[in-house]
Amino acid sequence: MILDSKIPAGPLAEKWTKHKFNSKLVNPANKRKYEVIVVGTGLAGASAAASLAELGYNVKAFCFQDSPRRAHSIAAQGGINAAKNYQNDGDSVFRLFYDTVKGGDYRAREANVYRLAEVSVNIIDQCVAQGVPFAREYGGLLANRSFGGAQVSRTFYARGQTGQQLLLGAYSALSRQVANGKVKLYPRTEMMDVVVIDGQAKGIVTRNLITGAIETHAAHAVLLCTGGYGNVFFLSTNAMGSNVTAAWRAHKRGAYFANPCYTQIHPTCIPVSGDHQSKLTLMSESLRNDGRVWVPASKEMAEKLRKGEIKANDIPENERDYYLERKYPSFGNLVPRDVASRNAKYVCDEGRGVNETGEAVFLDFRDAIKRDTEEVIRAKYGNLFDMYQQITGENPYKVPMMIYPAVHYTMGGLWVDYNLMTTVPGLYALGEANFSDHGANRLGASALMQGLADGYFVIPYTVGDYLAQIGPKPVDTNHPEFEKTAKEVKERIQKLLSIKGSKTVDYFHKKLGKIMWNECGMARTAEGLSKAKAEIKALRAEFWKDVKVLGDNEELNQSLEKAHRVADFLELGELMIDDALNRNESCGGHFREEYQTPEGEALRDDENFAYVAAWKYTGDNQEEELYKEPLEFENVKLTQRSYK
Amino acid sequence: MKLTLKVWRQKNNADQGKFVSYPVEGISKDMSFLEMMDVLNEQLTEKGEDPVHFDHDCREGICGMCSMYINGKPHGPQQTTTCQLHMRSFNDGETITIEPWRAKAFPVVKDLVVDRSSFDRIIQAGGYVSVNTGGVPDANEIPIPKKIADEAFDAATCIGCGACVAACKNASAMLFTSAKISQLSMLPQGQVERKERAEKMIAQMDAEGFGACTNTGACAAECPKGISLTNIARMNREYFSAVVSSENV
Repeated sequence: MILDSKIPAGPLAEKWTKHKFNSKLVNPANKRKYEVIVVGTGLAGASAAASLAELGYNVKAFCFQDSPRRAHSIAAQGGINAAKNYQNDGDSVFRLFYDTVKGGDYRAREANVYRLAEVSVNIIDQCVAQGVPFAREYGGLLANRSFGGAQVSRTFYARGQTGQQLLLGAYSALSRQVANGKVKLYPRTEMMDVVVIDGQAKGIVTRNLITGAIETHAAHAVLLCTGGYGNVFFLSTNAMGSNVTAAWRAHKRGAYFANPCYTQIHPTCIPVSGDHQSKLTLMSESLRNDGRVWVPASKEMAEKLRKGEIKANDIPENERDYYLERKYPSFGNLVPRDVASRNAKYVCDEGRGVNETGEAVFLDFRDAIKRDTEEVIRAKYGNLFDMYQQITGENPYKVPMMIYPAVHYTMGGLWVDYNLMTTVPGLYALGEANFSDHGANRLGASALMQGLADGYFVIPYTVGDYLAQIGPKPVDTNHPEFEKTAKEVKERIQKLLSIKGSKTVDYFHKKLGKIMWNECGMARTAEGLSKAKAEIKALRAEFWKDVKVLGDNEELNQSLEKAHRVADFLELGELMIDDALNRNESCGGHFREEYQTPEGEALRDDENFAYVAAWKYTGDNQEEELYKEPLEFENVKLTQRSYK
Repeated sequence: MKLTLKVWRQKNNADQGKFVSYPVEGISKDMSFLEMMDVLNEQLTEKGEDPVHFDHDCREGICGMCSMYINGKPHGPQQTTTCQLHMRSFNDGETITIEPWRAKAFPVVKDLVVDRSSFDRIIQAGGYVSVNTGGVPDANEIPIPKKIADEAFDAATCIGCGACVAACKNASAMLFTSAKISQLSMLPQGQVERKERAEKMIAQMDAEGFGACTNTGACAAECPKGISLTNIARMNREYFSAVVSSENV
């Protein structure tokens, strides 16, 4: 199979407009004859479900949480980018496009990214019309701030709770369609499999998390808006329930998985405090606007700090190393996330880490407070400072925050074409669940932009084109494939429940996480990856022999839910390793120690690796097959990324 | 730390439920409350006993999923969510009582898990601005005074956890409902449907079986997001002005 990205011909700036015109339309009276399934109710899912229902399609929306409003988009803090140029500081659609392609280390599709930048302006309009209370200036107009990887202020925000406000906006639009009877909601329902008939996605199998009932749902198209897979690392900034199951089951039914090794390690998270830790908490990147990152200039000083002999505030100015400002004078503390994370690792590896474990650096607001007063800083970041104090017991207005990188986002995901369709016709992937827009590294405030772009402004056009082609013939779950798929799901559940081994699901999840973090985290080597692959294989075999899942299927059973998810993570982990081993270069979040510049920056190999790696599932315990989609750059020149 | 946990166990909605006491050891002060519950559940699972079911997801205080009534207070002794509560707020040797939210409109699903879909239905009754995707004015076309935008934001930060209902002796959902009504009544975008929204959301709130407000203020005192009681006053004003000039007669 040749991967056809279906990128429209013509100049970059006209592609999307032309494509929309060339897409087939479904006439308004026929829209009500179509059923669309949307899995996941985060920014991508809620916005897609609401927008499609508004157009007249019948939508079923599924989420595993008790309410669509709890999807993990809610936790996004800092903001959302849009090329509004309200600040008159030189922003434009092209600049947002350029920054995103460059920030992604030239591993994203130009056409997709340009479209993203183009519709970004509509997103802000839409959200304001819904009543999203963005931050404003005294004149009543919208305020902006800057984020990493950009030299303009294009980030719109609602204090440190932008994701919450945007998601509640999309949730309100969704709720309106529930009231209108155009969306049927299925909360506390987990997708267990996709039903593929004659090569096309025709429905899903779900598990009701309260009763355990396995149910089937038919539709003309299925949209997976199920987020990323960062929890493969066990510790991440993702919610506890965030999982890869929906995407992974789709992968096993024929959807290729693209660039799984591209994971984003966010530089500003609260450091790990002990083995009991269940998740990591992000401190928004927006803090780098005012906070200065540093460690002691000498190892000796750092050691005293770790032993508690001195305090951060005792260290004089000339003994501090503001390493980001020193190494990258033009971007300073606002270098992209991958660069900031890697540098934190370097200074800690040198023995200059500042907490007991030696894995933390300072993010210091002393100078900002001196310059702007505590009140101003509180107005900007109050909730983040409170959260920090709540978790660590320290007051960041008085002592510098301690931060360390943590897994935050996955740029990889299901391969999709320009229409967001996976390699299974009728099956789409939106938001973080797809791979398309961020290349090898996502810029801050771009995830919210992409989720909402896909849901509000892309899918309503592209799904219509497909639906018009297949026609409104009614769908139902009578086809034997539904029963067959449901039976497979039930057998898998029985298998998990019947193992009755000796180790809990978390035991396996934590072990997997450690392997992934050590060998497939911030820095990777061929040797380490090969070792990790063998370890994961062994761990997976042990899981299926010795996992202990209590209780029955016919009840609320959180152990069983976790067991499903971890079983899929154990398979995904291996594919991530394969992908990381295959990519003999460093780019963005994927850093192979063998491939670096003398200054320790990522060294790309454009000649051999300027492609999307899309993996095809070939069967249980078989090696996956690699397909390559070459990336062509007609509008930006590939250069060594420099933020100096 | 060594603790005794007195936990509400209830197999399902039909079950009567009862308290069961569990000793836990090796708890560190740096653990979050939910991490302490994870320790308990690992212990129970290893012994072959059904782990305690509880709702949780983001564990950073924003999704609103966690919902435990700890020592007689929703989300425990601090004004925060359960996931952000840390064990440094408790003493070694203490007995901690953990119950689900108790309200007629929040039926217990299992153990500490309750059904809060009544909140979703209140929003579905009118907690939105009726605009479709596309065709909206430019975001800067309607200036909004900063003070108004900030106040609307403060109301909009409600996470829908239900602590207000659990705290209230009447199990009233006035704080939750008023937060959304306030947010939209202050913003220019919410004006068109302002009256209808107040009427419909309040009607739905009553239909769900939430109690009335007797102004004790327990809801605002326990709200992890500091949603202010002013919102209830504002909602009452919205409601009165809506009903006296109602078009739905």
